[in-house]
Amino acid sequence: MHCFEVHNTRLVLDAHSISLHEVDGPAWEILTGRFGGRPETVQALRERYPAAEIEGALGEIEALRDQGLLFAPDPHPNYQPPPPEAKALCLYVSHHCNLACRYCFARAGHPGAVRKLMPPGVARRAVDLLIRGSGARRRVEIDFFGGEPLLNLPVVRDTIRYARHRGAEAGKHFGFTVTTNGLSLTPEVRRFLLDNEVNVVLSLDGRPEAHDRWRRTPGGGGSHREVLPNIRDYVSEWKSGPGSRGYYYIRGTFTRQNLDFAADFRYLAEQGFRNISLEPVLAPEEEEYALSERDLPRVRAEYERLAAVYLEALRADPAARFFHFDLDLDAGSCLPKRLSGCGAGHAYLAVDADGGLFPCHQFVGQRGFLLGDVFSGVVRADLVDDFRQAHVYNKKECSGCWAKFLCSGGCHAQAFLENGSIHHPSRLGCAAMRHRLECALYVQARKSQDAGA
Amino acid sequence: MGKHIRTVNKSVLGRRKEAACGECQTSCQSACKTSCTVGNQVCLKEKKE
Repeated sequence: MHCFEVHNTRLVLDAHSISLHEVDGPAWEILTGRFGGRPETVQALRERYPAAEIEGALGEIEALRDQGLLFAPDPHPNYQPPPPEAKALCLYVSHHCNLACRYCFARAGHPGAVRKLMPPGVARRAVDLLIRGSGARRRVEIDFFGGEPLLNLPVVRDTIRYARHRGAEAGKHFGFTVTTNGLSLTPEVRRFLLDNEVNVVLSLDGRPEAHDRWRRTPGGGGSHREVLPNIRDYVSEWKSGPGSRGYYYIRGTFTRQNLDFAADFRYLAEQGFRNISLEPVLAPEEEEYALSERDLPRVRAEYERLAAVYLEALRADPAARFFHFDLDLDAGSCLPKRLSGCGAGHAYLAVDADGGLFPCHQFVGQRGFLLGDVFSGVVRADLVDDFRQAHVYNKKECSGCWAKFLCSGGCHAQAFLENGSIHHPSRLGCAAMRHRLECALYVQARKSQDAGA
Repeated sequence: MGKHIRTVNKSVLGRRKEAACGECQTSCQSACKTSCTVGNQVCLKEKKE
């Protein structure tokens, strides 16, 4: 059970049932206090509250406990992860980039960086591998990534065509996602993405000064002025186009230099964008843009500010979305999904331009994490098992944490970057994640109240 | 709905139909690409029914 306050709202999350409760003063004191039995509780609180109020709150707490909504037992203490089965591949179709963002973890577009493009044959073998390795799953996914994937558009087109054809034969439905910096979003490319129902993640950090600080052209200039009109045009066509299409998300990164990122959310919403995600930068601590423990108070305060800004945006437009506040407490993921997390290393793999397989996009190029290739399949079963076993019940920092069914143990790459091990989560990542989740839960409480629930 | 405690959600994890069908989207394929958050993933099985 986790008791917390956001904007003077007292909330209690039952960690095992994921039941969220908004409580008043007496209930808060009882749940956060360390009292023994009923008489002791009434005795301890009676100077502040009438006995009938304390008795009433105690009665409600007991009723919720009996319904399994408070003090629920851990549902899966003997959890065993399922056998490895492919679900999604991230294809580095282009290691090259037409930007040279200073915080890019792949160093794409930088002098001396690898400029490889994935040949069509490698991408096709990746599709075959996914079909072969995905067992009874019907829905499988391919994400085109890099570098800038649209620099290898012929292979993106060919892969989609090939996957649809092979998928129809094998009874698989392919979902596709492109993560792009927006520079190459010509009218023809926009049409192609919309017509093929490709999900599109558009990299845009927010205000011009926040974006241009890091997202630079190879010549060193800012890219905001060039990409914003392209992204606007894409979203405008997405909104007005007929028929079904994939989703879009505006995806920004925040760094130590824009810890006022709620202003970036506001800016992006003002541009007419509805689906927005802002992520903390993932970087070694020596980088000037890396977040550190001393930034946490500001990050925490900013997530609270963002919660208020987001609720304001939601009241103006109910279709507004901030990815990390968009929890669905009633119909979200099932428990097995929450335990398997991102699936990196066993259900989700990344493929480099030569066909090398890695546990996820963040590990691409790290030879110690090379799992095999698309021609021969996975040969490092030991590494796959290591990732399978890196779940919340096997991490001592996670097993007793209230957030374990909401974050699934965090990002393996961030854990490895900070601790040199995927079995110990990032302290910094956990602290930011926990408060972001508190704010997300606060948003759900306010939304349900606004809806009259 | 009590006088002292307002329960926000209507459904309880573990009591919902735990399909484990493996059809929902991979969390890192969606909009984050750095921070694993599964709490906001959409359950496709429940949507279909």
